[in-house]
Amino acid sequence: MTRYFTPLAFLLLVLFAAAPVVIAGTPYEQTMGLVQKIFYFHVPSAMMMFVSAFVCGIASAIYLFRKSAKADRLALAAGELVVTFGLIVMTTGPLWGRKAWGVWWQWDAKLTSALLLWMIFIAYLLVRRFGGPGSEKLGAAMAIFGMANVPFVYVASMYWRTLHPAPTVVPSLQPGMRGAFWFCVLSFVLLYVLILTLRRRIEDQQAQVDQLYLALED
Amino acid sequence: MKDFLRVAWIVMRKDFTVEMRSREIVYTTVFFAASCVLVFAFALVREGRPLEDAAAGILWIAIAFAGTLGLGRTFERERHTETLRALMLAPSDRPAIYVGKLLGMLALLAVVEAVLVPMVGLLFHAPFLASPFWMLALLATGTLGFASVGTLFAAMLVRARSRDVLLPVLLYPITIPVIIAGVRGTAALLQSTPDEPMARFWTALLIFFDVVFVTLSLWTFEPLMTES
Amino acid sequence: MKQRLVMIAVLVLVAGALVLAQPPQAPPATPDGFVPVNSLPQAEQLPAAPMVIAAYSVVWVVLIAYIWMLWRRLSKVERELADLTRRVQDR
Repeated sequence: MTRYFTPLAFLLLVLFAAAPVVIAGTPYEQTMGLVQKIFYFHVPSAMMMFVSAFVCGIASAIYLFRKSAKADRLALAAGELVVTFGLIVMTTGPLWGRKAWGVWWQWDAKLTSALLLWMIFIAYLLVRRFGGPGSEKLGAAMAIFGMANVPFVYVASMYWRTLHPAPTVVPSLQPGMRGAFWFCVLSFVLLYVLILTLRRRIEDQQAQVDQLYLALED
Repeated sequence: MKDFLRVAWIVMRKDFTVEMRSREIVYTTVFFAASCVLVFAFALVREGRPLEDAAAGILWIAIAFAGTLGLGRTFERERHTETLRALMLAPSDRPAIYVGKLLGMLALLAVVEAVLVPMVGLLFHAPFLASPFWMLALLATGTLGFASVGTLFAAMLVRARSRDVLLPVLLYPITIPVIIAGVRGTAALLQSTPDEPMARFWTALLIFFDVVFVTLSLWTFEPLMTES
Repeated sequence: MKQRLVMIAVLVLVAGALVLAQPPQAPPATPDGFVPVNSLPQAEQLPAAPMVIAAYSVVWVVLIAYIWMLWRRLSKVERELADLTRRVQDR
């Protein structure tokens, strides 16, 4: 574990302890009222989900073309995080939507793309677990193709109907909300980096264990 | 370039020759597609009669299901006779083998669609021939998109465990844009006055999809199929 | 070969962009009777507080459970690694 992990973990705890206070201090949004406060955790989680998908896609490409085992381990860690943050997004979103829109789910562009990205990475984890030998390459293909797919799903879903708040909601935030929002984004970025480091470490240690087992057999 | 096309053509001819001996895959896949359509006709009913607005969706679902089955069967045959490994050992451009297999899949799906489109049109009173050019364009670009990703995934899964269930698990999320575009475009054409600008938009989206994913498949075919 | 593929891809993309240059109609209005929640009578509106509490609980539970699972796995792997290193050194 690097030297910075423990102090950063402590900082993360402080940030997350402060978050409810910061969020409670924000003004109510005009149309949606109290339920809009879900946004402060929902949007950063969605951001981290997309960032992680990107990391997984790039790492998979590096693994596939440069045959780097380290990149493959990073890809697996990032893929798992897509599903975890996706779980948060997919549960907090409908809870917000049920109150704000009256329905649990709508097939607009953002929701459809997010759901599909989540499902693609669930499939990624399934193939890595159950694909047998050589499943690293199968997973890498899935991650790369999944990444390339997202813009198409977004455009296709857009010409169906669109209900999600317009993509430009962040610049148009009231000043009182902006501070809290970026505070939460920062907390989630730190959270993401720390969890990714933890998860990667598990993979790296596991690879060392496998090597030692092989060495022992000789 | 000429060698590339020659290899692709040889691979396709090999598949065609083998298939023509028994015609097993063609017959069973076409019949499976027809059965799918029947299941949907009985499942999606309103007031005791099949839902006619569902024609576009049913057509594309049947193509997707039949395509998945055909892919699985074609590559199972390759695995059984170990010809894929022999092909990869040949001193030819690897992506050419992919193109050959893709052309074979396209031919199979063309036969399936030639049966499906009239069948769905008759059973659901859907005027598929109202705008034949755009209908053909949608079918061609959509099938190419589906088959391009499908051929790559089926080839890379040949040596994997649980390959039968993993192919749909991997393929369907990636080909959702094809389904969306295909169904929306077909539905636009099936309206009382065919909405051709809409069909053109969806065809353009499918062309983009095809370009991106055929290119991706060609790039990743060799690293995926070979050991490091 | 790859450069040629890229060139062909770019050419087709440009052609496709020209085809797309005709903008399609605007997205259709939702025809399925969707009514914004604020226009509903007061009696039909949901209380917001349970939703907010549920949402934040979900976030905390998922994160804590996941981190705890990771911590357990990491301890297990590190113990195994230490054990193996000792065995290799003892040989």
